[in-house]
Amino acid sequence: MSNTLNFDLVVVGGGPAGMAAALSARDNGIPEENIIILERAETLGGILEQCIHTGFGLHYFGEELSGPEYAHKFIEQVENTKIAVKTDTMVLNITDDNHVICSNKNDGLIEIKAKAIILAMGCRERPRGALDIAGSRPAGVMSAGAAQKFVNIDGYMPGKEVVILGSGDIGLIMARRMTLEGAKVKVVCEVMPYSGGLQRNIVQCLEDFDIPLRLSCTVIKVHGKERVEGVTIANVDEHMLPIPGTEEYIPCDTVLLSVGLIPENELSNQINLEMDPVTRGPKVNEMRETSHKGVFACGNVLQVHDLVDYVTLESQIAGKGAAQYINGVTAEKFAYCKGINGVRYTVPQKINIEQKEEVKIYFRVANVYKDKRIVVKLNDEVIIDKKKKKLAPGEMENVAIKPEILEKLKADDQIVVSIEEG
Amino acid sequence: MIKELTCVACPLGCPLVATIENGEVVDVKGNTCKRGAEYAKTECTHPVRSLTTTAKVNGGSSYVVPVKSSVAMPKEKLFEAMKVINSTTIDAPVHIGDVVVSNILGLDVDIIATNEVK
Repeated sequence: MSNTLNFDLVVVGGGPAGMAAALSARDNGIPEENIIILERAETLGGILEQCIHTGFGLHYFGEELSGPEYAHKFIEQVENTKIAVKTDTMVLNITDDNHVICSNKNDGLIEIKAKAIILAMGCRERPRGALDIAGSRPAGVMSAGAAQKFVNIDGYMPGKEVVILGSGDIGLIMARRMTLEGAKVKVVCEVMPYSGGLQRNIVQCLEDFDIPLRLSCTVIKVHGKERVEGVTIANVDEHMLPIPGTEEYIPCDTVLLSVGLIPENELSNQINLEMDPVTRGPKVNEMRETSHKGVFACGNVLQVHDLVDYVTLESQIAGKGAAQYINGVTAEKFAYCKGINGVRYTVPQKINIEQKEEVKIYFRVANVYKDKRIVVKLNDEVIIDKKKKKLAPGEMENVAIKPEILEKLKADDQIVVSIEEG
Repeated sequence: MIKELTCVACPLGCPLVATIENGEVVDVKGNTCKRGAEYAKTECTHPVRSLTTTAKVNGGSSYVVPVKSSVAMPKEKLFEAMKVINSTTIDAPVHIGDVVVSNILGLDVDIIATNEVK
């Protein structure tokens, strides 16, 4: 290949995860000129560029920022280093020996030989095709994130009368955004008996504007040929099947879908990373190293986060892990983490038994729970037992495994997180 | 009177219980930080919200720039403020922190840019 480059670390993705990971690798001893970030879009920043609402940065910066402001703090830092950045650059393939093949219109095809790779590709929205909604394919059905880009970046409104299917945070945020810009949001339908979004967004995006949220309700048909003319919604039973007789026609010109996010793991699958069927991201150890030596993952490509602050923290771990790997530290023996009894998954899925520093295990629960306890057992011994007033699937939880517990870890130990009666 | 609220001060969304006597909040429970107590007090007396939207940009690398209110403004003024912002156009370049509309509606709140436009 005509164009071959050498870097210690290649970071795939220039959003909040990729930028924090690259900076962290630098802070942990990798010379900045030996790090490169590859970004598909024209600018760094990732999805934050279109998330103009505030609420970012409270944990990490101690101030409430909009998405672009949060991104800019990292963009500035990256630009003030010699970390190489290639935007408008698509990564096409990663080889077994950690070469990254990418292309852009200036360089053509490039092969980058890397000692370590950090995957930070983020996630994408579940599309209509994943939902099996009956009806033709008129204009006006789009993901909430697409509408967010139209309004906040391109500066135009994609519709006037809106029905939103799914109560994920982007859908809730867009309900408020479209309303402020003069659209009428008629209803938000959620197929589950609870919302997948943050409670604060239900309050300030729906209740503030008297937008009804219908739980256990879904869109069963989209009407209209050229343009959406309306939808039929219906209540669903406990098997999520529509209940006959509850159908209701709602005229609208736009349907926004906010029905979940899927990590973008095409590259991960190309190198056959071991995947977690629940997170749909790679399985990782506590430094976020995947099953492929020297390949790390962080941010929404690993697990979909609610808060970018946690993406930053996770990515700093991956950056540190990659730096350690480049400097010759490898992990061979692990204790394994899993969630049971209402805990859907854990990240990390395993912990290097040589790890000395506190490890946070992140997880999500399967249902809305009140007055329960989070219990963590090492083999059969209870190591953490804490009361929790409220747990919800939309809010990621974590427990910290302290150094004195880590010290006891032996190969193949089991660390089990569960929800118990309060 | 007892009022149950969800704090919107940050994404944690703490469930709050405010005790109101004679139109004054005398007690707040459930908050995990000072902002939560503050939120319950204003929410029960004069609710305020931050406003984020976009303003048109003239001659820039993008058509619009995201903006936010410098502090939270009275909830009932949001739509009026939107009208003012939507009738405003600013010239590129725009920097984070630039004032797009100063003292909007006489509320002592500025509308400031939250991204860079070249």
